[in-house]
Amino acid sequence: MSDKLMKLTLKIWRQKDADSPGKMESYQVEGISEHMSFLEMLDVFNEQQINQGNEPVAFDHDCREGICGMCSLQINGEPHGPDRGVTTCQLHMRMFNDGDTITIEPFRAKAFPVIKDLVVDRTSFDRIQHAGGFISVNTSGNTQDANNIPVEKENADKAFDAATCIGCGACVAACKNASAMLFVSAKVSQFALLPQGKIEAKDRVLNMVHQMDEEGFGNCSNTGACEVECPKGISLENIARMNREYLKASLTKE
Amino acid sequence: MSVLDAKVPEGPIKDKWTNHKNKINLVNPANKRLIDVIVVGTGLAGGSAAASLAELGYKVKAFAFQDSPRRAHSIAAQGGINAAKNYQNDGDSIYRLFYDTVKGGDYRGRESNVYRLAEVSANIIDQCVAQGVPFAREYGGLLDNRSFGGVLVSRTFYAKGQTGQQLLLGAYSAMNRQIGKGKIEMYNRHEMLDLVVVNGKARGIIVRNLITGAIERHAAHAVVLATGGYGNVFFLSTNAMGSNVTAAWRAHRRGAYFANPCYTQIHPTCIPRSGDYQSKLTLMSESLRNDGRIWVPKNKEDVEKIRSGQIKPRDLSEEDRDYYLERRYPAFGNLVPRDVASRAAKERCDAGYGVNQTGEAVFLDFSSAIERYGKEQANVLGEKDASHDRIIALGKEVIANKYGNLFQMYEKITADNPYETPMKIYPAVHYTMGGLWVDYNLMTTVPGCYAAGEANFSDHGANRLGASALMQGLADGYFVLPYTIGDYLADEIRTGAISTETPEFDEAEKAVKDRINELMSIKGSQSVDSFHKRLGKVMWDKCGMSRNANGLEEAIKEIRQIREEFWKDLRIPGKANEFNPELEKAMRVADFLELGELFAKDALHRNESCGGHFREESVEESGEQQGEAKRDDENFKYVAAWEWTGDPGEANLHKEDLVFENIELKQRSYK
Repeated sequence: MSDKLMKLTLKIWRQKDADSPGKMESYQVEGISEHMSFLEMLDVFNEQQINQGNEPVAFDHDCREGICGMCSLQINGEPHGPDRGVTTCQLHMRMFNDGDTITIEPFRAKAFPVIKDLVVDRTSFDRIQHAGGFISVNTSGNTQDANNIPVEKENADKAFDAATCIGCGACVAACKNASAMLFVSAKVSQFALLPQGKIEAKDRVLNMVHQMDEEGFGNCSNTGACEVECPKGISLENIARMNREYLKASLTKE
Repeated sequence: MSVLDAKVPEGPIKDKWTNHKNKINLVNPANKRLIDVIVVGTGLAGGSAAASLAELGYKVKAFAFQDSPRRAHSIAAQGGINAAKNYQNDGDSIYRLFYDTVKGGDYRGRESNVYRLAEVSANIIDQCVAQGVPFAREYGGLLDNRSFGGVLVSRTFYAKGQTGQQLLLGAYSAMNRQIGKGKIEMYNRHEMLDLVVVNGKARGIIVRNLITGAIERHAAHAVVLATGGYGNVFFLSTNAMGSNVTAAWRAHRRGAYFANPCYTQIHPTCIPRSGDYQSKLTLMSESLRNDGRIWVPKNKEDVEKIRSGQIKPRDLSEEDRDYYLERRYPAFGNLVPRDVASRAAKERCDAGYGVNQTGEAVFLDFSSAIERYGKEQANVLGEKDASHDRIIALGKEVIANKYGNLFQMYEKITADNPYETPMKIYPAVHYTMGGLWVDYNLMTTVPGCYAAGEANFSDHGANRLGASALMQGLADGYFVLPYTIGDYLADEIRTGAISTETPEFDEAEKAVKDRINELMSIKGSQSVDSFHKRLGKVMWDKCGMSRNANGLEEAIKEIRQIREEFWKDLRIPGKANEFNPELEKAMRVADFLELGELFAKDALHRNESCGGHFREESVEESGEQQGEAKRDDENFKYVAAWEWTGDPGEANLHKEDLVFENIELKQRSYK
């Protein structure tokens, strides 16, 4: 384990609140170990800011193990930074070099308004889920035995892969159109692949896509940036599946 | 006679819950629409409770400090969820799950609650599958299981290493359906800062809107706290950064007794700490102990060589390794309960066998499993003469299928590849068995205030078994609260809407605002985190894996000192009426500084070792169990429920005697 400490220049988006204009500001930070996570680097930076009497930079974070989806950040132009298959909280400073300048911005999209500094409002994602991201089954001690619904392993695995979406919004931030197709298609696919989800499949896809459009997300032009930047590796196949589901539902829905 | 009435129903244990449900008062559907229920927290317990109560017809308001209910920390649970389905035909039953849980908790849980938990466990799996939760399946299309610590059957259902995520997204989807219908009003980025009690009943909460800083009043006929555990009192834990005790602590200060605060689970398999900047510790799922073997070198010379990098762990021959869990506990081996595994790791590291620079790490090795699975897979594929390399490659594929995301997570954090070299692991604070005291109906000592999931104390005794937290959270929310809260609310149908314009709400709101003003006006020189880290160090050093009277007395003094300094020299930048994460943290740490003292006080008074609470004064002196924890049933067979009296050091102790009618009290042996 080496004790190489780095000195970095941080260019950070500062914005007081949703109604104020924001701008990039430059800062220096020292004593950064390569074993720190990116957010621990920001912790160190904020501690220094507080000790100097300045206001720390606000950013969203919670579990710090890549699963809650709370952390975001556009780092050097990429959602969750330069590493692949990780969220910002799992990104480690060993990906950077002493003397680097790092640009840190919030996820940018019309449907993700800035709350403060690097914190954005992603409740548009929740509203899409309210429109149909569920199977209509009430809590009951009398649902059928779980093994009465066998699921082909291949479909079960694909449904699981789609269901691992953490709702962070990196797909939207990566897309030049700020499209939410990967996010929406992950939920549509999970249920479309399972027998339990088939019953409401048509309403689900129509309602979720409608809400996605209402929220002001852009259209998909198949560049695939979302798949590259997705920390959970959600596949573009899901978008194809959603398009099929949508077409089928549009043509056959009475 | 204790003031604590657990309200355990009469009758044989297997009939208690059914009889209770049959006798419970119901609220007719038209009246449910007139009744408000507040649910604080949207993890497995809160999310499932909010959804189920809304389905029943109650008007629900749900609160989360995160930006979406989907982000509650249940999401991070990895390994699985237990259920007595006996799909594997390996002898599992409701009784066996009940027995394992009581024994695993070192006989410090309440029998009736645990039996009910085991009873409804199978329904949870049915419910989740109906919701579309994608559990792991076998090629025949049926559900797969694996084993967890402290049991001899395979009853754990899982979704790779993301079981908590999938279950929480299931509960979240059930909530979404009700939010879409307008039956749940969801308040994201709102944090509960006080409980409002009117005429002795919980009637509402005071919250802070974390975006604007506005203080709001919310009224209801009942309040459910599903606000998780308080492991972050240690600063470093596997909990999320925001996990906190504030809602539960504020309820405690309003009359809810706090039970067994010293019962903390230190999880044996976490990634060791690497530096002072560390903000949290990352768990490596217990499911890894199905296939991983834990060891340290047998000889100190090898320890030195490994630490200095002269030799690699794989260079060490089998004879030179000490698989200390297999050696000490042949019956359960690597699958002993968490408290036992953690203490055993600490014992080896304290003796100088730790394998990293800090001396605080042991190996978790998958090479045997990779080889075993590789051979099995080669047979399946008909490759009778497969080369060693081929076998290893096939074995790695199997391991990747089972634990892929955990291996990737480990590699991203440590830059070591666990397929090629053993993981280094060390125990870390993970879960708190203690919490708000509740009766059989999950009601706290404040009428109308309920506690569910990790926030209550009820089911896990002094140690929780793996894959049982998810089970308890969902059992409480889907299958227990919806019944028991109806019994209470049946008397509220004539109450009418609860007003927020009452002296009690005025008083509570003023108390919250005064506290915020006091914190903001300190304008001292030290950050919140610096205090939190100091508190955490005292807790870890003196209230951690091993405790003694001297250390605990010192801890109480030191915590009081830190608390005094906190209120004199804290610096919070920014303002109260804006988005201010430092202020949020300050309010949480202020409460941790009170809880920490009660924690140490509880640990000091319990002069026995049980489960996660290990007192150095209480150890088996001789015989087969020499050196193991020694429980003292004669003096400590009770729940310690503490009543707030104005200062954590002056809390009043109430005891609920634990009665064991269905399980014989025995020394807990895993040998």
